[in-house]
Amino acid sequence: MEIKKNSVNVIQNIITMTYRNLLKTFHNPDQLMDVLIQPIVFMILFGYLFGGAISGGVHAYLPIIVPGILVQTILSAASGSGTQIREDMETGIFDRFKSLPIAHVAPLAGQLLADILRLITATIASLTTGYFMGWRPNVNFGWIIVITLLAIFIGWAISWIYALIGLLAKSATMVESISLMTMLLLSFLSNAFIPIHTLPRILQVIANLNPITYVITAIRQILATGTFPNTAWIVLLFGVGIILIFAPLTVWAYDRQR
Amino acid sequence: MNDNIAIKVDHLSKTFTNQKAVDNVSFTVKEGEIFGLLGPNGAGKTTLLRMITTLLKPTDGTVTVFGHDIEKDDKLARSTFGVTGQYASVDEDLSAKENLMIFSRLNGFSKKSSLARTDELLKEFSLENSADKSIKEFSGGMRRRLDLAISLITRPALIFLDEPTTGLDPRTRSQMWDTIRSLVKQGSTIFLTTQYLEEADKLANRVAVIDHGKLIKIGTPDQLKHDTGESTLSLKVLDDNSIHQAAEILQIELNSKPQIINNTIIVKFKNSEQAIKGLFQLKNSKINISDLIIQEPSLDDAFMALTVGKN
Repeated sequence: MEIKKNSVNVIQNIITMTYRNLLKTFHNPDQLMDVLIQPIVFMILFGYLFGGAISGGVHAYLPIIVPGILVQTILSAASGSGTQIREDMETGIFDRFKSLPIAHVAPLAGQLLADILRLITATIASLTTGYFMGWRPNVNFGWIIVITLLAIFIGWAISWIYALIGLLAKSATMVESISLMTMLLLSFLSNAFIPIHTLPRILQVIANLNPITYVITAIRQILATGTFPNTAWIVLLFGVGIILIFAPLTVWAYDRQR
Repeated sequence: MNDNIAIKVDHLSKTFTNQKAVDNVSFTVKEGEIFGLLGPNGAGKTTLLRMITTLLKPTDGTVTVFGHDIEKDDKLARSTFGVTGQYASVDEDLSAKENLMIFSRLNGFSKKSSLARTDELLKEFSLENSADKSIKEFSGGMRRRLDLAISLITRPALIFLDEPTTGLDPRTRSQMWDTIRSLVKQGSTIFLTTQYLEEADKLANRVAVIDHGKLIKIGTPDQLKHDTGESTLSLKVLDDNSIHQAAEILQIELNSKPQIINNTIIVKFKNSEQAIKGLFQLKNSKINISDLIIQEPSLDDAFMALTVGKN
């Protein structure tokens, strides 16, 4: 019998895998519920709880909390990639992908590209909730697009870290608890909700070292000044760095599983 | 069947942290045959299969599939075969059609030929009516059929089936057997693992028995039965007084200790010549018998004799 020689086309494989993951989400739209509901609930809750105490009113607090919640939700969305990958491993479908003559990066890249949909949902839900609560940034709409893209890019870079955790962890439950813990620590030990100078000394040091603080600062600066500040360039570089380090590591971990 | 070699396994071993799952196994599978890997639970069947299909790295030894080394030319080796895992690994959240489409595309088919191949396979495996249903609504048999259909997208020359009928009801099982036989008729080589002796007996041209990671015996099902299994002779002695005399004669002639239950004598034997001589001696000694039964060895007997199992 003739054996078909399959021309291996990495890009085509990645597109197919992305399509597969998007189809999964469209068949189960409830997978998007977490990144849709979380920002709405947190924004309303934190806005009305802390607004008065921190900024003297909800309206004055919105320029602080909207970028904060946005980045927190992006972190949450990024951590979902790890859980998804873990689930695919446990159903055995990854074995099937591995037994195909396709590029090894394709199943991972497909998952992560499809996860951009989660990041977009998270961003739109956060910003829209802010808008309904009265948030009106003083910059033109182009800059809103810029922070949206910046947030999605950073989220995507971070999702490679979670993908690695998903591949290395022992169980899906473990992935979920690691994701939740890191999301909570990174977002609360930053300037997402409070001015850092109100914190005890040690926590100030930690918050100032937390990369998430820089992401939030960059977004706030863009929204306040309508320019692309140096912080934003640093954040962009930081994102590129994460991808350069973690994408190969993740592919290595995927290959190592045999 | 011809004499070309499809799979060559050479001194293959796999050691997990402190346990030898596969221990120095060598064999060849010929093109066009159904090769059965038989063994009790935990014998190392799946580990062996995962190594041959490039999913697991061998600790030691080599495997070539149609001449391609699974470690050096893994991509080339993979393009020659299809694998169907132990638990149907299909995409739960997608429909049968979407599953087939995606795997066709991943195998390098164009959109148009993916559609054509998908329709063809849906028809071949009688899944057309459930093509757009979610797999979650599928029965076990339907899942297996879809799983097998996915493995056959590229019309591979070699198909690996890991316990293809475990957990299926008898009807679906025999349907699966028919499907496997028709694949061989079309020229495929089949490598299957099973823990069902009946399955190995009915399907396989040759069987390898493994236990505790070691290859114990390899041959046709008939060879295995005759090499290891023993036939059983049972007869009734009409006159109660001569039963012990009869047992003595059989013990001498058949070289095996008989069992006496009421007036029935049961004795195992290996060589049918001996059995005939034994019966002849009974006749010479004027012992009248009835209810003579000679039972051929079954693969069950061979299996029991060869393996110990995990317990």
